[in-house]
Amino acid sequence: MDFPGGKVPFTEDLAWLGPGFTPRPTIPCYRALDSQGAPLPGTSLPHDIDQALATRMYETMISLQAVDTIFYEAQRQGRFSFYMTSTGEESTAVASAAALNPDDVVFTQYREQGVLMWRGYTPLDMANQCYGNALDSGKGRQMPVHYGSKALNFHTISSPLATQLPQAVGAAYALKLEGKAAVAACYFGEGAASEGDFHAALNFSATLSAPVVFICRNNGWAISTPASEQYRGDGIAGRGPSYGVPSLRVDGGDAVAVYNAVAEARRVALERRGPVLLEAMSYRSGHHSTSDDSSRYRAAEEMAAWRARDPVARFERWMAVRGWWDEARGVGARKAARREAIAALAAAAKQPRPPLSEMFSDVYDEPPPHLVAQRAEVEAFVRAHPETLPAGMPLE
Amino acid sequence: MQFLARASAASLRRSQAATEAFQRLGACGYATTQLTVRDALNSALDEEMERDDKVFIIGEEVGEYQGAYKITRGLLQKYGAKRAGFTGIAVGSAFQGLKPVVEFMTFNFSMQAIDQIVNSAAKHHYMSAGQITCPIVFRGPNGPAAGVAAQHSQDFAPWYASVPGLKVIVPYDAEDNRGLLKAAIRDPDPVVFLENEIMYGESFEVSEEVLDKDFVLPIGKAKIQREGTDLTIVASGKLVGFALQAAAELDKDGVSVEVVNLRSIKPLDRETIAASVKKTHRLLTVEEGWPQHGLGSEIIAVVVEEAFDDLDAPPERVCGVEIPMPYATPLEDAALPHVSDIVRVARRMFNLE
Repeated sequence: MDFPGGKVPFTEDLAWLGPGFTPRPTIPCYRALDSQGAPLPGTSLPHDIDQALATRMYETMISLQAVDTIFYEAQRQGRFSFYMTSTGEESTAVASAAALNPDDVVFTQYREQGVLMWRGYTPLDMANQCYGNALDSGKGRQMPVHYGSKALNFHTISSPLATQLPQAVGAAYALKLEGKAAVAACYFGEGAASEGDFHAALNFSATLSAPVVFICRNNGWAISTPASEQYRGDGIAGRGPSYGVPSLRVDGGDAVAVYNAVAEARRVALERRGPVLLEAMSYRSGHHSTSDDSSRYRAAEEMAAWRARDPVARFERWMAVRGWWDEARGVGARKAARREAIAALAAAAKQPRPPLSEMFSDVYDEPPPHLVAQRAEVEAFVRAHPETLPAGMPLE
Repeated sequence: MQFLARASAASLRRSQAATEAFQRLGACGYATTQLTVRDALNSALDEEMERDDKVFIIGEEVGEYQGAYKITRGLLQKYGAKRAGFTGIAVGSAFQGLKPVVEFMTFNFSMQAIDQIVNSAAKHHYMSAGQITCPIVFRGPNGPAAGVAAQHSQDFAPWYASVPGLKVIVPYDAEDNRGLLKAAIRDPDPVVFLENEIMYGESFEVSEEVLDKDFVLPIGKAKIQREGTDLTIVASGKLVGFALQAAAELDKDGVSVEVVNLRSIKPLDRETIAASVKKTHRLLTVEEGWPQHGLGSEIIAVVVEEAFDDLDAPPERVCGVEIPMPYATPLEDAALPHVSDIVRVARRMFNLE
């Protein structure tokens, strides 16, 4: 029968569909490595990872772990106000970034610094941002870890959750109109997927045929809300088909699987000119942020068990099987990464603060009269009373 | 939700007949010097879409239905349609270089999307340290309409005007609507363009200059709508018309009123407001919104900062009553400012009661 809403068959059965009536099998989780990192025979691997690529992925993950560890400690020492680690999800960020093209536009939530590092953002860039110093490309405006880089096609991170989802759809639509062979990659957590913007974005991406690769990091915890209280359906991937969006669940701790899933997602999005949804299953091994103590709401055994499944260790074992990794090389890489992270913080700490006069720029493309006047007033005051200028902050 | 976008060449050819019909309609509109606010907006949208292929319209029922108030009439046939919508999508497309014009059926419904407007569109340029601009226009009717009660009758001008990064325009007549909408679309910053449903059908005389396809008014500049020497009335949008009527009435009492049409409320033209008060020495503000933290409070603060010693009397405000809008006509009427209220308060300022 043709309804305005679609061609649907009739039935004489008054039959419900869904939980408690006709349960559907849980969507399985695609993986290439077992929990120890041993390759699983028979895995579908359409995209090969050669030694050079594997080495770069590994080194980026090692660097990410070192930055997270050192910067987290620096925050605890009071060097800056806030930090967020991606412990447990390093492979989700780095392997997905490796599978994207540099022209692909990235919208992230806040725990995907590995994507930015893959694209060339250095530990020193990160340290400058966290300190909000004069070398921060964001001019010291955003709170720590809210990175952004136009040159790296990485949109400035926005704190309100899920706003990036419809924005990614709009950006993908613009890419399509431009005729570019690029996608918008959009990262978010399973908690953000409960926001209205998730649903609007999925539906409009489908109706607009916008080439978006939605990458949900289902890490089990939205601050203190466990995934078991977050939804009643089959996770996030389970929602995709009902929006008309091809969907796949992948082991987020398996870098080989994530790389293949995202490379395929990108291919499908461009070939079919439409969205795809990935759900990367993982575990947030760290606290939500430096403002959180997750031992208050989750069991130590659970955290320890997941820490033992370190995605970087799994990738090391996979590389070792191929003869691309050994203990000595790993120790060397970790030492170098640690040194770089410490040096980055030390260098960033020595930089002056952004100039006071920059406070008023970029509110508008051209400063309007009221901001010109306010800026002039502040500058005149500081010139008359130089002692009021904060230490380490130049006027201009 | 829907939006109008560049269509393929084929679909443009298909809509050729409709396009020609639209152009004839436009042509006879231009033959006289009378222009309705609706046609001023429609022609501005049409010409700016023609001028820049990055401009597109997105919003509620802007396609086949031609917008709730028919502002987008004819544009679907001319430019083709893609069905879609949503403010966040428009904001994302602006980050990526397009120039969306978002039509809200009314600004009351913009509350669903205010996070995207305030936290994303307004701040992205600053937060990205100038790397990413958001050239977007949010437009639609704002303020009380008639008989649509609490959830459709609210003035959001003070809300948006308080946000750094946004420009906010409240146009009055056909000239304002045409020149300022074109300016808003060409502006690199996010612009909130607050129209008034009751004004759409109003006709105004316009000069040939206003009909020029490059007629653009400056954002951030007020207009002295009527010159006077004894009292400055500052108003925006529909209330400029009320102020002009009140001025004509007060003339009979020998009070010469200067009417300042704000046009932009962010940036606010402090200079023009202060200069007028320095000339007349008296200030009266009028608005349909609520008094607390309203436009009037801000304008009085500006005058206190810029021209306090020039004041001969305490400034006065005429505002909407500080309640959610009631539906019943006499109650609605009692909740809104009228020309007679403006005249009464002005007379009080001159002890003419």
